[in-house]
Amino acid sequence: MSIQYKEIHCTINGSPVDRMVDVRASLTDLLRNDFRLTSVKKGCEVGECGACNVIIDGECFNSCIYLAIWADGKNIRTLESLLGPNGELSDIQQAFIDEAAVQCGFCTPGFIMSAVEILESGREYTDDELRKLLSGHLCRCTGYENIIRAVKKTMYRRLGKPLPETT
Amino acid sequence: MYDIKALYEAGSVAEAVRLRVEHPEAQIIAGGSDVLVQIREGRRAGVELISIYGIDALRGVTLDEAENLRIGSLTSFSHITRDPLIQRHCPVLGEAVDQVGGPQIRNIGTIGGNTCNGVTSADSASTLFAWDAVIELTGPEGVRRLPIADFYLRAGKVDVRPGEIQTAILIPRESYENCYGHYIKYAMRSAMDIATLGCSVNVRLSPDGTIARARIAYGVAGPVPLRAATAEAVARGQIPSRALADRFARAVLEDIHPRDSWRAAKDFREHIAVETARRAFCESVRRAGGELA
Repeated sequence: MSIQYKEIHCTINGSPVDRMVDVRASLTDLLRNDFRLTSVKKGCEVGECGACNVIIDGECFNSCIYLAIWADGKNIRTLESLLGPNGELSDIQQAFIDEAAVQCGFCTPGFIMSAVEILESGREYTDDELRKLLSGHLCRCTGYENIIRAVKKTMYRRLGKPLPETT
Repeated sequence: MYDIKALYEAGSVAEAVRLRVEHPEAQIIAGGSDVLVQIREGRRAGVELISIYGIDALRGVTLDEAENLRIGSLTSFSHITRDPLIQRHCPVLGEAVDQVGGPQIRNIGTIGGNTCNGVTSADSASTLFAWDAVIELTGPEGVRRLPIADFYLRAGKVDVRPGEIQTAILIPRESYENCYGHYIKYAMRSAMDIATLGCSVNVRLSPDGTIARARIAYGVAGPVPLRAATAEAVARGQIPSRALADRFARAVLEDIHPRDSWRAAKDFREHIAVETARRAFCESVRRAGGELA
């Protein structure tokens, strides 16, 4: 059986790229193997854990159940795009550290990319809404509370509002 | 890498139909959140695929010339929930599909894929049954439309014929006009779970406050989604009340036939079928502006 390829053109973390991709590859395969974007984790590989989450044209997708050929023409962002020119962390990454929202770190890039979509909406979400928006990720270390606090604090900081007192 | 034998990509409906005729063994992949997982599991390993994911013409919600709601089959769950026409004419469908999986799944999952899978637990299906949705298929002979109840043949099997792809789901104007509904998904987890049972109710009130029409449909109350006609007849023409809600809810047992499975026992499913019917009925009446005597 001969391997079937397709040429794709897409934008990855701001750079236009061309690649011949194996039609059997997932977007996780493409990002990790061809571009060494290893923030994109191979977790469950069936779209349940969110470790491979990336932003495609402004929306979050589990790249493990997204065919690499579908990336043609798309704008893809991974965690690596958040770093500043000298490797500085973004506010949401720093918040994860400050809140001890990272333990083993495997789920972190996926969570942070969902947080990026949430934060870039510019909206103020309730705790329940944040929980729902982050519900496509599994974390086996932290128990989620610190993760939600990191996202919530960053949301209020970006909105220029004080963090509401918790009851 | 997925175990895929060959992949054919369609950029248009015409191309998809041509590929379907040329490759009758190939399976259709839309968003892939079921198909790719089943390839990974081995259930569909080694398949030939026809990808229709790139057909942008099948995305979006519009009103057709007769003001029927027309939902392109590749419209994702999240786009259905956010769509202004859905929010205005059939908000319960947006609420139902907002309970599928998690956020990333709702961005890739399509309503066409959800129905073409033929599974009884699909969160969109019970509401589509309850709103008398019409399935549109396009094939070599042209366009064919049929009621969703006829589209489901048996568990896991829908009426997509050789050469065809599903191109739209329509909700007729007569169905959504002055109609208010509510969907309840009963599952073990609040996210990333499959419904143990799903119940979708909608009502239309007459000017005198009586129930002009009540419709109720279930997922996981039988091998395919189904309507509970006995309950609908109980409510017709009646004044909404708590007592009526009780009678309506108990009547569903005449029509549903859930089974024992590892997710839940038959008895338990019957119990939550009655309770969700009662609650969804009361909420639908409230949304319709009615009062429960």
